[in-house]
Amino acid sequence: MTDIKPKAVRRLGDVVFANLAFFAGVSILATLATVAAFLFAQSVPAFTGPPIDAASDGFLSYVIPFVFGTVYASLIGLAIATPLAVGIALYISHFANRRFAQVLGYAVDLLAAIPSVVYGLWGILVLAPFLSPTFNWLNENLGWIPMFAGQVSATGRTMLTVGIVLAIMVLPIMAALIREIFLQTPRLHEEAALALGATRWEMIKMAVLPFGRPGIISAAMLGLGRALGETMAVAMVLSPAAVVSFAVLTSTNSNTIAANIALQFPEAGGNYTNLLIATGLVLFAITMVVNMFARWVISRRAEFSGAN
Amino acid sequence: MNNILKLGALAAVSTLVLAGCAANEDVAETPTSAAETPTEAVVELAGTLNGSGASSMAAGQEAWIAGFQIANPGVTVNYDPTGSGTGRAQFMTGATSFTGSDSYWKDEELLEAFPSCVAGTMPWEFPIWISPIAVIFNLDGVSSLNMDGATVAGIFAGEITMWNDAAIAAVNPDVALPDLAITAVHRSDESGTSKNFTDYLSAVAGDTWTVGAIEAWPAEFGGEGAKGTSGVVSAVTGGNGTIGYADASRAGDLGTVAVKVGTDYVSYSAEAAAAVVDASPLVEGRESYDLATNIDRNTTASGAYPIVLVSYLMGCNDYMDDAQAELVRAWASYLVSEEGQNAAAATAGNAPISAGLRAKAQVIIDAIK
Repeated sequence: MTDIKPKAVRRLGDVVFANLAFFAGVSILATLATVAAFLFAQSVPAFTGPPIDAASDGFLSYVIPFVFGTVYASLIGLAIATPLAVGIALYISHFANRRFAQVLGYAVDLLAAIPSVVYGLWGILVLAPFLSPTFNWLNENLGWIPMFAGQVSATGRTMLTVGIVLAIMVLPIMAALIREIFLQTPRLHEEAALALGATRWEMIKMAVLPFGRPGIISAAMLGLGRALGETMAVAMVLSPAAVVSFAVLTSTNSNTIAANIALQFPEAGGNYTNLLIATGLVLFAITMVVNMFARWVISRRAEFSGAN
Repeated sequence: MNNILKLGALAAVSTLVLAGCAANEDVAETPTSAAETPTEAVVELAGTLNGSGASSMAAGQEAWIAGFQIANPGVTVNYDPTGSGTGRAQFMTGATSFTGSDSYWKDEELLEAFPSCVAGTMPWEFPIWISPIAVIFNLDGVSSLNMDGATVAGIFAGEITMWNDAAIAAVNPDVALPDLAITAVHRSDESGTSKNFTDYLSAVAGDTWTVGAIEAWPAEFGGEGAKGTSGVVSAVTGGNGTIGYADASRAGDLGTVAVKVGTDYVSYSAEAAAAVVDASPLVEGRESYDLATNIDRNTTASGAYPIVLVSYLMGCNDYMDDAQAELVRAWASYLVSEEGQNAAAATAGNAPISAGLRAKAQVIIDAIK
């Protein structure tokens, strides 16, 4: 008995496809490397060149209000969107009848197709005036909470409005992803819970949610990534000031990095452009940190995630 | 079926190929023949003219390009609204033949080389675009209010916070001012409009408005920030008791402020805006072909409205390429002409330049070679 291993057959199709797939993967890495190199190279003159009027107290004191604003707006958006997305996903996967679930699925996916400029216009013209009376009520009755304190904006263009617009923008991605996760719950677990006498809600609590938790977190991180980079809607809706402010109902709100770049870049000249790109580099770093954290959380329950 | 497809493909391909032989394609290639035939009664201009610069006059440039190209079908004019700083920089690299800018040449820029111009010669400039900045507000039933410079500065600096404040009520005795908080709206993006408005505030009320002419609003003055002229207008329209500043052509039917000039209160208008440019002194130490003007915000000339944004047209006195000189002369003449200024005003809402300024500018244009 000889133990010659038969050589695997490789035809032209295998070779071509393997190489195409390899180059596709490499090109993504190359693009990322190019963008990172651009950010670093263009940021350097901001630190080594002559002092810039806008950042007269140094780079850190210039960028910190924007970092705060970016994270704060995204967290508010995420806090509103996550329960909504989980609710929509649960409804579509476990409660609605098949026909209506499809319609609802299409409607939620359609929200993702709306351009962010349109969200900005809708925010200024419809949402802000609509929410203004609610903000006044919140300020009068719950003004002792620092978040709702301060002089309420007359036009409603506040951090809370921006948070709601961001929530609506990240909702489709999160809902679609979480819906898929919930549909993947092992039928055996669900049936077992029901067989033991659990009601529908108890079954969901025992079988669906624990299974879906890493998926919910990864969807939330994806939504957070989208919210962190959102530019036009924030630039149009928010009334910004260069301060760090926790109050969500006032006119002086911390701007986000991306919106600041969109507002200042057209008239910026010389070093100021480099300063703005340096803030873009900071945003890149924040997004990388968020993604790494998300991957770590998911890796703890690796067997339930397709991302590994 | 196959034959039909073949026939259809042949028809499509031949259409595309024959379209390339269209007669209107070779006009751009002919060099300007005007310079060689000075005895012809009608000079046919041809060529391409490139310019870039201020975005404040972008709408006006579109109207001018349309009008000029209809009158001179052989010429193609391109204007890229990159921003004033970029426009001047591009002119200094020789990429463009003319530029539009919200601010006049700085002394240190004039010391640099200008590759489009013959070595040793300087560029000319004169105001071409006068855009009044209206102070707009939204108060039920009130369409006009009188205010002096110190009051306006106090409102935007956050010191005057209520509409029925004594300072406003004193000069508006026949207006019923409500007990409502003032919300001052400013531009959240850097802009020439902000710069000119704050220049006015620091000139007329330097002790209230302490930060000078700025493009980025200081946080301690409060107020709302909105993106772009349309953002400010929609913020003022959408709120009650809001006040802001924006290009006058977009003021719509919002209430406007008549500012104190001398002893009168002057509302914005095209004539009033052009009047302040004429009443303002030229910058010291410049040549006769440089009409850089320091707008006198404290002017007491009657009927002048001091809150204006003035943009300049700039070009070479002596072009390296004589054909370009020909085109720039015709282009600039059209821009300063009454016909050109009115055409821009009809679409973009700027204030046409006065006859006096037109005459001075034409002298400079005629000297271009």
